[in-house]
Amino acid sequence: MSSHAETIPPAPEERERLTRIQIDRSCRQTVVWYYASAVFWLLVGTVLALIASIKMHTPGFLADWEWLTFGRVRPAHLAAMIYGWGSMAGVGTLLWLQARLTRNRLPLPTLLPATAVIWNLTVTFGVIAILAGYSTSIEWIEIPPATAILFGFCIAVIIAASIRMFRSRESEHTYVSQWYLFGAIFWFPLLYVSAQIFLHTPAAAGAVKAAANWWFAHNVLGLWFTPIGLATVYYLIPKVIGRPVHSYHLSLLGFWTLAIFYNWAGTHHLIGGPLPAWLITVGIVGSVMMFVPVITVAVNHHMTMVGNFHHLKHSPTLRFVVYGAMCYTAVSFQGSLQSLRSVNEITHFTHYTIAHAHLGVYAFFTMVMFGAIYYVAPRLLNAEWHSAGWIRVHFWTTAAGMAIYWLGLTWAGWEQGRMMNDPRIPFLDIVKYTVPWLWSRSAAGVLMTVGHLAFAWLFWNMLRKRGAYLPGPTLLLRKGEPAAVAAGGGE
Amino acid sequence: MNRAWLLALGVFATIVASVTGLVLLPDRQLRGTQPVQDEERGIAVPAGYFGDAEEGRKVYMDLGCIYCHTQQVRPEGFGADIERGWGMRRSVARDYIHDEPPLMGTMRTGPDLMNIGARQPSEQWHYLHLYDPRITSPGSIMPPHRFLFEVRHSADGLPEDAVRLPDEFAEKKPAWIVPNDRARRLVAYLKSLDHNYEVPEAR
Repeated sequence: MSSHAETIPPAPEERERLTRIQIDRSCRQTVVWYYASAVFWLLVGTVLALIASIKMHTPGFLADWEWLTFGRVRPAHLAAMIYGWGSMAGVGTLLWLQARLTRNRLPLPTLLPATAVIWNLTVTFGVIAILAGYSTSIEWIEIPPATAILFGFCIAVIIAASIRMFRSRESEHTYVSQWYLFGAIFWFPLLYVSAQIFLHTPAAAGAVKAAANWWFAHNVLGLWFTPIGLATVYYLIPKVIGRPVHSYHLSLLGFWTLAIFYNWAGTHHLIGGPLPAWLITVGIVGSVMMFVPVITVAVNHHMTMVGNFHHLKHSPTLRFVVYGAMCYTAVSFQGSLQSLRSVNEITHFTHYTIAHAHLGVYAFFTMVMFGAIYYVAPRLLNAEWHSAGWIRVHFWTTAAGMAIYWLGLTWAGWEQGRMMNDPRIPFLDIVKYTVPWLWSRSAAGVLMTVGHLAFAWLFWNMLRKRGAYLPGPTLLLRKGEPAAVAAGGGE
Repeated sequence: MNRAWLLALGVFATIVASVTGLVLLPDRQLRGTQPVQDEERGIAVPAGYFGDAEEGRKVYMDLGCIYCHTQQVRPEGFGADIERGWGMRRSVARDYIHDEPPLMGTMRTGPDLMNIGARQPSEQWHYLHLYDPRITSPGSIMPPHRFLFEVRHSADGLPEDAVRLPDEFAEKKPAWIVPNDRARRLVAYLKSLDHNYEVPEAR
């Protein structure tokens, strides 16, 4: 802040701008820590993903090192991506959004950056534990139960900061993003801690532990990543294009139906399994009812975007966020259909599910987080992204890589499932059928890796302030194209 | 919406409702499920895991076998599990009363293992398969677990469970593979996986 700003009473717009700068500055230390860590875990998770993917078609690859056997690399990849990349990018964005939306400076300036450090140590501990053979072998929560205490502490601090900001919010009215964020910060610790209790104590017994497992795992997506992702979309689309969200009532309906229905979807992972039929049916009903919030949110976002799609050409943030939002609709439709018994009979236990999971965590959530970081990081660091070219590389490699990933495994998985349900086809013939498609996944993975390296390179340069000084945002312009053609709202 | 209490109430109520419905109620329904007497075997089943099999279950978990193998047989008419010979009946909650945690899995890159002990009772088969799955199952993409074995080239002082490696899989002939303790336990566990007994709920 220059002394100039304090001596001359600024005009209202200028005052508004200064407030925003103050808020952003208060977020700098914490959110940059979270983002930088997230990018680090993205790279770790990418390396683990590539190793796992290659092992699937070339099982001799790195086979003699027990730490890197497929059954360990795969959950380590998940832990690095979910608890490292996804959660840390999510928390960073969540804190910044709350500060902006409540128009508060980010409180707890010592404790919050400390949580980023603790979070990193926890994920490091978890990933190493899995690679060393101390996995709990429970999907999505392979990292040891002790991590609940550490994550619990971090989230407690984040909740304290959130409540403090929420209570001293400037306007009584709250924005739709705040509801989702408020939900996410309470849902995640409730899920994580109760899952540990159900899974590692006799609180749930035998087969019911599987129900607890999928109640947890599906809700990590539905009640942690999804609300953070949607809150980000709800904030960034209107910001970038400079017009308000289409409908308040749709926002309201979308939020509450998500809260009510997503909660119940988890047991669709156990269709055909050894649990009471009513329990599975409840999961299917919850999954199918997800059409309501998904269509609501899709309509709301689409109507907000209508007439503004040309901004996609120039705004990196909007490109990633809109790609993510569209994939949210796609993955949710797919998920609802997949939960039907007739479809699930084929797709369950196949690569189809893996493709679906990546459509959610990657094509939706990760792409939205990329968009968020493109928007937020420059505002925290007072520097712009140093190369529009590398942003293009990042977008096209990840967007295309994801498309190839999804198409290949969706097809392979569908065929795999159909063949598996025909007992005349020998099992090994099915395995052989999938191998070329597993190669296509590795090829897609290489593309996505290139994108992640481009992104990490951009982020690294931003930390080192290689980009231009802030006020000029990085736009995706052709040579000689004036920035004015891209003039929108906030970017 | 500007009532924080309404938001907080909704956030808590929705998750409390789902954990009650999806975890606590089924637990109430299934808690207290007891083993049943198996007339053929003369014991109560499922019997649970003891000794090496109990330890072997931990090896199964630490090596992440669940990422490619399920332990659940789907009901007749839903998939082809029974026709494929993966079990004589569908799996039921009772089968898992000793499983902490259950290792049902969600992926079948490889076949189901709910009854692998009955399908493949041979220790030698398991050792060769674990050492390099392509010895027993050409075209398999399962990772080799050579790190669970020691390779020896002399027949002197070989332990009883050493297995002669087929020449085409041996770098230097002759070769025997000697399982280490973890391999022995893992195979003991795999051999214990046999749920081919009658239960009243799946008759």
